[in-house]
Amino acid sequence: MYKTILALAAVILFSISLWGQQANAPNANDQAALEQRIRDLEDRVIALEGKLRTLESTRAPSSPQPRPATEAPASAPQTAAQVPANPPIIPAQPSPNETQAGLASPAEAGQLPVYGGASAASKALNPDVSVIGDFIGAAGGNSPPPLATLQPFPAFQMHESEIGLQAIIDPYARGDFFLSFGEGGVNLEEGYITFTALPAGFVAKVGKMRSAFGKVNMMHNHVLPWVDRPLVTTNLVGGEDGIDDAGVSVERILPAPKGIFLEATGQVFRGDSDDVFQQVQRSDVSTVEHLRAYRDITESTNLDLGVSYARGHNDGTITLPGDFITQLYGIDATLRWKPLRRSIYHSFVARSEFIWSQRQQLPSEQRTFGFYTSADYQFGRRWFAGGRFDWSDRSHFANLTDKGAAATLTYWPSEFSQVRGEYRFTHYAENRDSNELFMQLIFSLGAHGAHPF
Amino acid sequence: MSGIGDRFLAVFIGTVLLISILATQAAAKKLNVVTATTDMAALAQEVGGDRITVESIAKGYQDPHFVEAKPSFLLKLQKADLLIIVGLQLEIGWLPPLITQSGNPRIQVSAPGYLDASQFAEILEIPTGVVTRAMGDVHPLGNPHYWLDPDNGRRVARGIAQKLGELDPADNAYFQERFQDFDKRLTAAEQKWDAEMAPYHGRKLVTYHNSFTNFAKHFHLNVIGYVEPRPGIPPTPSHTIELIGLMKRENCKLVLVEPYFDLKTPNSIGAATGAKVVVYLPSVGGEKQVTNYFDLFDYDIALLTKAFESAQ
Repeated sequence: MYKTILALAAVILFSISLWGQQANAPNANDQAALEQRIRDLEDRVIALEGKLRTLESTRAPSSPQPRPATEAPASAPQTAAQVPANPPIIPAQPSPNETQAGLASPAEAGQLPVYGGASAASKALNPDVSVIGDFIGAAGGNSPPPLATLQPFPAFQMHESEIGLQAIIDPYARGDFFLSFGEGGVNLEEGYITFTALPAGFVAKVGKMRSAFGKVNMMHNHVLPWVDRPLVTTNLVGGEDGIDDAGVSVERILPAPKGIFLEATGQVFRGDSDDVFQQVQRSDVSTVEHLRAYRDITESTNLDLGVSYARGHNDGTITLPGDFITQLYGIDATLRWKPLRRSIYHSFVARSEFIWSQRQQLPSEQRTFGFYTSADYQFGRRWFAGGRFDWSDRSHFANLTDKGAAATLTYWPSEFSQVRGEYRFTHYAENRDSNELFMQLIFSLGAHGAHPF
Repeated sequence: MSGIGDRFLAVFIGTVLLISILATQAAAKKLNVVTATTDMAALAQEVGGDRITVESIAKGYQDPHFVEAKPSFLLKLQKADLLIIVGLQLEIGWLPPLITQSGNPRIQVSAPGYLDASQFAEILEIPTGVVTRAMGDVHPLGNPHYWLDPDNGRRVARGIAQKLGELDPADNAYFQERFQDFDKRLTAAEQKWDAEMAPYHGRKLVTYHNSFTNFAKHFHLNVIGYVEPRPGIPPTPSHTIELIGLMKRENCKLVLVEPYFDLKTPNSIGAATGAKVVVYLPSVGGEKQVTNYFDLFDYDIALLTKAFESAQ
């Protein structure tokens, strides 16, 4: 269709200019008017092309020639808005190609649409599909004590293959699914609908999601600045999966003095999150609240602060009658620097999270604390170096404290792959030490995802 | 359900609700326009005049592919009546999450306040056949740097004027009048620019990133290569050597660099080939004195004519 319309437009352009020449034969010198007319026609052809592009991305690919697979899905949500109000200009005589490709409306043609054809209409509205592979190799000794929570890594592991399916659902909502295929099976890491058109500036999510407790808990493995997660996360906040549960989340930007971004998030979950929360009855729901304040200090430096609170029933509830509650309090702080004129070459991020846990259990409530502090510096377009310090009690045993440190070096061959080495030292409360070396390869296929902030 | 947590949550939600009701603002008289880049802001300003306020998210000296999705941008998007984007996946790495989080139904994709300006422009280099990432960070919908052709600037301005008129029908005549005036001034300026560039038709040059196609087409220049081996892939020694060979063979004496790229490789190419290395501005606001769409072409054409002249 695209080509036909272009050809048609060219013919019109040509014939009109011929006609114009004849009409203007007496004043053949009057080139300017002619040129203007051609320019106007050129404009109209370009406007037509634009309309076609938007049509193509929202409907079937219009030409039977193979289109790049990435084009249609990636563009659908971006351009869905501009389906022009005016009906598209249809050539009077559809070419055989068009009818073959099943572009004529099924109702008019009196036949069912053909699926799986070269120009299957369904492709245009497929969600953006992405796959992210996360391969980890490990070396060095680590024999964690029986009560430690630190995640072990085998010599080689296809740690995670995450499939992302994302699309705009309708004018009021978008949907995001992240399925992670690990060695233990498939896990719905996140799957939620986001209502983007609610009144009064509210944004709501419904489904399964990583809760807004602090920073690291929200992050998928492939956007972490490390291979592993900090000790405080594994000891107090459920480790790799963290607080990741089914429920409802509501967030809103709050009014604040000029220049300050203030956002509140309130979440209610079923109450099952790894070993942090466990529900027995329906009423054992857990809640997470997060308040975030952000401010640009200069155009290249900014500060991001957050306080979090989470509350739910813990696994004491399963074995013994009565309510056993775990409460978590968190503070997170992030300082970022990125000079705008050289943003692809240099950046710096320093981050800390402090977490307090209050866990009711027998014989007595355990009050524990842990934190990590980290810094990452980008010293070239493809190179990053970072370090992290860990210190954390274990949630069940306030008297046991693990400590650790890690150093990372990351290389980006392109925006879509990443190689990272990490050295990790851990000193367990039982006075055992471990020294480990990790090698991680992350690679991303398909739709261009958003860069994490 | 019982306990402190639930009460905490109830109070929390209540507070948020109360604040939001109190904060409901009276409808602003001027249309509040937010654009992804400064060029779209400059065009919107031309046709919107004093009936709109306009603000760009990216700065003119920033790589528009790699803008950070800072929460402070949400404060702008939250109150926007119209969001104008460049489109063609230029902003794909940072704008979609901002739109989602803005809590502003007016500017969501498919809402009336969302305008993808690429639909109005002539788009070059739309890839045909199979597109893969082996080509680098390729834009499968075509080259998004289309605003560097003044004819596209006119087309986009016309599209914006029409959209402004739809959103604010009372001022429609004003916007159309502003567009007619802009059209006239642009046509006059184009004649001047075309005349200034006329002696240099067909001149060969190299750019760092593939951002110059539309400019080159309009002013009849010939881009023979790029410092980047593929879009978004940093220069490699082997590609640089190849490029130096090509420039020598073709007698190419100019390397244009966008202001957000490192000058090390271009300078070494310049040293090896005797070509001039010039930082050109792909966007309004790349330098302080370049404050509108006309300034952008004035600035770049002055740079180019000077460079071509000295290369003779």
